[in-house]
Amino acid sequence: MSTSTIVGTRDDEQVPPTGGQRRRRRTSHQVEASAHHRGPMWTAAGYAGMVLVVLVIAVPLFWILLTSFKERGDIYVRPAQWWPDPVTGQNYSELTTRIPFFDYVRNSVIITSATSVAKIVLGVISAYALSLLRFPGRSVVFLVVIAALMVPNQITVISNYALVAQLGWRNTFQGIIIPLAGVAFGTFLMRNQFLSLPGEIIEAARLDGAGPMKLLWRVVMPMSWPTLVAFALITVVNEWNEYLWPFLMSDDETTAPLPVGLTFLQNNDGVTNWGPVMAGTVLAMLPILVLFLFLQRQMIKGLTAGAVKS
Amino acid sequence: MATVYFDEATRRFSKDDAAPAVDGITLDIADGEFLVLVGPSGCGKSTTLRMLAGLEPVDGGRILVDGHDQKGVRPRDRDIAMVFQSYALYPNMSAAQNMAFALDNAKVSKAETRQRVAEAAKILELEPLLDRKPGQMSGGQRQRVAMGRAIVRNPKVFCMDEPLSNLDAKLRVSTRSQIAGLQRRLGITTVYVTHDQVEAMTMGHRVAVLRDGKLQQVDTPERLYDHPVNTFVAAFIGSPAITLVESEVREGVARVHGVPVPLDRAVAGRAGEKVVVGLRPESWHVVETPAGGSRDGADPSALGLTVELVESLGSESFVYGRPVGADEGADRVTVRLDKRTHLTVGDTVHVEPNRGEVHLFDAASGERIEA
Repeated sequence: MSTSTIVGTRDDEQVPPTGGQRRRRRTSHQVEASAHHRGPMWTAAGYAGMVLVVLVIAVPLFWILLTSFKERGDIYVRPAQWWPDPVTGQNYSELTTRIPFFDYVRNSVIITSATSVAKIVLGVISAYALSLLRFPGRSVVFLVVIAALMVPNQITVISNYALVAQLGWRNTFQGIIIPLAGVAFGTFLMRNQFLSLPGEIIEAARLDGAGPMKLLWRVVMPMSWPTLVAFALITVVNEWNEYLWPFLMSDDETTAPLPVGLTFLQNNDGVTNWGPVMAGTVLAMLPILVLFLFLQRQMIKGLTAGAVKS
Repeated sequence: MATVYFDEATRRFSKDDAAPAVDGITLDIADGEFLVLVGPSGCGKSTTLRMLAGLEPVDGGRILVDGHDQKGVRPRDRDIAMVFQSYALYPNMSAAQNMAFALDNAKVSKAETRQRVAEAAKILELEPLLDRKPGQMSGGQRQRVAMGRAIVRNPKVFCMDEPLSNLDAKLRVSTRSQIAGLQRRLGITTVYVTHDQVEAMTMGHRVAVLRDGKLQQVDTPERLYDHPVNTFVAAFIGSPAITLVESEVREGVARVHGVPVPLDRAVAGRAGEKVVVGLRPESWHVVETPAGGSRDGADPSALGLTVELVESLGSESFVYGRPVGADEGADRVTVRLDKRTHLTVGDTVHVEPNRGEVHLFDAASGERIEA
């Protein structure tokens, strides 16, 4: 939506997209032509490759979905039973009665929304400072942020755990949320987005008397929505699926999010009763799937925006 | 409305840079004046403008607006409006919002903002476009919105950085006169940057010519054309360009490809042995038969040219010719002809310089030699 207007504002940028389209069209022609040259064998091989990739990704998910509707006895049978017979919703009701499922959902929502909001706000503000405000040591700060990206979470977990446990924050929301709120990735992504904006528009806003916050909200952010949507979606998905840290931080349903709750369920029952676990997995995936379906177009646009712009 | 004074203003892009981008420019701009900064690309004209707007720091000297040093004054506190080459409109706002943005920031009341936007829209004929976003407008319309954004503020100074260079040729000519007219009407001090000497000559009260960050000459368009201070200004102003020929001076007479050009006695006294003679295309007249033959060793009073290129503009034409007998490397001479004279490539034409229209420059320094 807003990208078309952004691209349209600059005369010199109106040419490249058309050129790009022409180029793309030409390459698709070339692909067709070469496919004709190589014959149907190659085309078939191409489709086979695609099918293989889809199967590798989709079969486990499909299996989870099917298993969640099977009766306990039907899960472990040989040969594998592909279609649940009979179809049962028992796993789902069992899930909600055996563990405080909705407590976990509540915790997940609290942790995900708080962490996402913190990450997005911090990411945008720090990126803004690192790209558009001038202050001494700016490039050093940016280097530190990049360096933070290079350190895997698993390495900092031990020292974080020691610190948070000492503060007495185990089994509290702040103990889970605050250590997760650091945002090297968002800072990096948004900074590059802000730097790609035309400098003259920023200068025009400065001359028009816009203060730093006004510049950010009225001028910079409206031109950066697609990237922000992508960043937000990635963040929400990551936080929703976050496992290691909440698992270390919480012992019960007062603070544990869904993925940890499912682990508790599995631990309670031993490893044979997969039905309710699969049902819980399906329900845990559902909100993210819906969110992604709604925002995927925005997000893909955002992820490629920087690449297409010259 | 305000006066602007550049006092030895200097901008260095790197500390050890021997040649600053803007090198000690001193320039006094009167209240309500339309001053054009002109020069080839890379001469520092845009940097000069951006220093005034506060978008570039001043590394040496100072810039005064209404007598106040602007050092340390933020761009938004300078009350200077700028029109950018790319227009730099806010893509997410409508034309009206674009224009109202600065007033909104300055906490001007809603009613007054609406009134001022409406006024500007009327002046610029933007009324039907007020609800459109920049993406839905043509280049000319965007240009007018950018103008409107500057006008509504009623600022002390307008800065314009090549605002016409993204328009097509026809629209550029009409917008040129609109901007000049608008400036006269509003009476707001304006600094206008362009690389186009036609814009410079037609729009400004005065024109400042820059080269390599140094100010060459500030003068009215007429003075600039008739009294260029050096060969650079002479060659930069005027289209087609002036013909510059190096010549020795003997007994008060310079020669252009062998044709004697008698010099004023006072001028001849100041000239060294070598000078550069400048003759504009219209400073020649065609003679039917050359007086005196060049073959018998006597001075030819007229210059024979072999026509190499004819540019006919309808009302007049320009002939680019090589002096007869000159070798391949010799510079061409440009002569303006009226529409009654028809020449084709390969013809020979004899021309004489008009008395009193000869520009004389020192060969070594390029400075103008004047009585």
